[in-house]
Amino acid sequence: MSNPGPITFTTGRIVLASGEPVSGALRAADGRIVALGDVAPEPGDTVINARGALIAPGLVDLGVFTIDKPAFHFGGITRAALMPDQNPPLDRPSTVRYAAQSGKPDLWVHPLAAATRGLEGRELAELALMREAGAKAVSTGRRWIADSGTMHRLLSYCAMLGLTVITHAEDGGLTGHAVATAGEMATRLGLPAAPPEAEALAIARDLTLAGMTGARLHFRQVTTARGLALVRAAKARGLPVTAGVTPAHFMLSDIAIGDFRTFTRLSPPLRSEADRQAVRAALADGTIDVIASGHDPRGPEDKRLPFADAEPGMAGAETLLPLTLGLVRDGVIDMARAFALIATNPARLLGVNAGQLVAGAEADIALIDPDRPWVVDSDKMAAAAGNTPFDKQGVQGRVTALFKGGSPVG
Amino acid sequence: MTSPDTRPHQGSPDRYPAGSAAFPHRDLTGLAGLAPWELLYLLDEAQQWVELNRQSHKRVDRLKGLTIINAFFENSTRTLLSFEIAGKRLGADVVNMHAAQSSVKKGETLIDTAMTLNAMHADAIVIRHQSSGAVQLIADKVDCPVLNAGDGQHEHPTQGLLDALTIRNAKGEIAGLKIVICGDILHSRVARSNIHCLTTLGADVRVCAPPALMPADIEALKVTPFHDFNAALAGADVVMMLRLQQERMEGQFIPSPREYRHLFGLSLDRLARAKPDAMVMHPGPMNRGIEIDSNVADLADRSHITRQVEMGVAIRMACLDVLTRKARGLEGWA
Repeated sequence: MSNPGPITFTTGRIVLASGEPVSGALRAADGRIVALGDVAPEPGDTVINARGALIAPGLVDLGVFTIDKPAFHFGGITRAALMPDQNPPLDRPSTVRYAAQSGKPDLWVHPLAAATRGLEGRELAELALMREAGAKAVSTGRRWIADSGTMHRLLSYCAMLGLTVITHAEDGGLTGHAVATAGEMATRLGLPAAPPEAEALAIARDLTLAGMTGARLHFRQVTTARGLALVRAAKARGLPVTAGVTPAHFMLSDIAIGDFRTFTRLSPPLRSEADRQAVRAALADGTIDVIASGHDPRGPEDKRLPFADAEPGMAGAETLLPLTLGLVRDGVIDMARAFALIATNPARLLGVNAGQLVAGAEADIALIDPDRPWVVDSDKMAAAAGNTPFDKQGVQGRVTALFKGGSPVG
Repeated sequence: MTSPDTRPHQGSPDRYPAGSAAFPHRDLTGLAGLAPWELLYLLDEAQQWVELNRQSHKRVDRLKGLTIINAFFENSTRTLLSFEIAGKRLGADVVNMHAAQSSVKKGETLIDTAMTLNAMHADAIVIRHQSSGAVQLIADKVDCPVLNAGDGQHEHPTQGLLDALTIRNAKGEIAGLKIVICGDILHSRVARSNIHCLTTLGADVRVCAPPALMPADIEALKVTPFHDFNAALAGADVVMMLRLQQERMEGQFIPSPREYRHLFGLSLDRLARAKPDAMVMHPGPMNRGIEIDSNVADLADRSHITRQVEMGVAIRMACLDVLTRKARGLEGWA
């Protein structure tokens, strides 16, 4: 795609870093934002009348398992950090370099380097070379690194490189082959289950190691009250630690697995209602920094199985925005914080110049009607597969137009 | 929670709704959520088959012309035999499918297997599978009644019913009885179906296991958990022992079988803590000398273990009869 011409979005409501959206216009040229607020189109500009829609930063999705452009574009996602759990894993510079180019021009993929070779949790991968090849952070993948010595070496090495380590927070010994959280529902269904404290145990160890090494640590998903309390306390001590979550854990509790529906088989598993409320409180008080889709489309061969035999994961790209806007509607967070969670903070964590509407940033722009109602339908999704736990649920908020680097998408 | 029906079981046709409303379900995938009168209806229906099975001529033609497929994805001898005998005594054509001999081993998915069975126009499918929820998954895809013969660690409803029938026939009434279920509760579908059935019918159910074999929040199933078997046995009317399911255990749950026996084995000495007429039960197969001593298992007047097997055939006949009524043009499930 050639360099896009100048473009001005008029009569929109601009999402800023704080406060309510303000009426105004936004002008971009050469793929970057040049001015916003009380600005007027210049001669030769392409003018787009936003007709009162939100003018928002394109979403930055921290931690997806598949590059699924139709779903990302439906959901307003212009950048996606790709988990290293690919086939083959992103554990060498060549695969990272390939992945980094795989979405351009209308989707930028930011590969997350596998922390260890083959994601097996034993030998460190070539992290500095993968950084040169385009990796924006390091990830342990779907799994926790069980060996504390390996994790210690990983964190100290990444502290030297200035790379954030994104980890999965579940103690593997306690978790075993569990597919549910220990409690009444797992007991009724007879499903292998692990206590929710498996998360806090993993977080406690990794926070200790991060404190020893000075590494920046991001817990991809924190889903329990105890885990969140540890993160909250670590932040208060000044540790450079951040936490994420997906909408599943603030929308659903383990009641949802009651009919053995495998679209609710997730990793970590759905938690108790008390933990769901704790996640919402942590979104409100700033303990959680990132909401990601965890996008992982899975077809019938992985999902049309008995619950414990099915693969975990959900197709989440299309529902990330409306379910986050639901938190605004419910008064949990305000609009500025919603976009901090789904764009600004993940972009900052990856070190990319996007995720907020400021002069000089990449013109990744989503026009959004935050109130437009629609019904999630697993049979009619843009995603490669329709494994959503929110099937047939009514939601509000829809992207009406999307621009990557100032050029229209789709 | 509905309060259990505690009316005496002799001659009380008013204890459940008339006709198809007495058991308005197409499938029997579990006992959780069934109403007391639905459980009682199945128990009452089984009584006629208990009597038939004790006669020298044990065959009727009620299910004549119907095809019943026993699809067993997990090895079973006793339950499969019991379902086969039940179907044949009712006059049905019974076909057994063993997973070991089927294309399941060749990678065919469970759903494809279910669709294949469905295409053969079975009038009922009886399924055992090693994964919790697998039977419901198949039931959602086929057009005929489905009976759960055990799915993973979830439910084994006919076992729960046959145990209830055994208890009722020995004690007259289930409501108010103190019933101890001891053993590997965590991995036991038998325990879950018994808990649902017996608590719904008004029993005081105690479960006893070492902590690692006790599921989380078991109290939510309206039972009282114990780790001390001696304490659990005090004043018990029924002692139900479960097999140690070592094949389901991932990692070490107990230090050794002999240590397990020391704490949780049913010996004559321990049994003395229960009521003098307490029943001894075991769903089988037994590990003699581990969870139950041979001299307890073989107590002539107290052990009901072979009676459980007998009731099993009658219960399965009742379930097959009730669930196939629609196929036979009778007033059945809606």
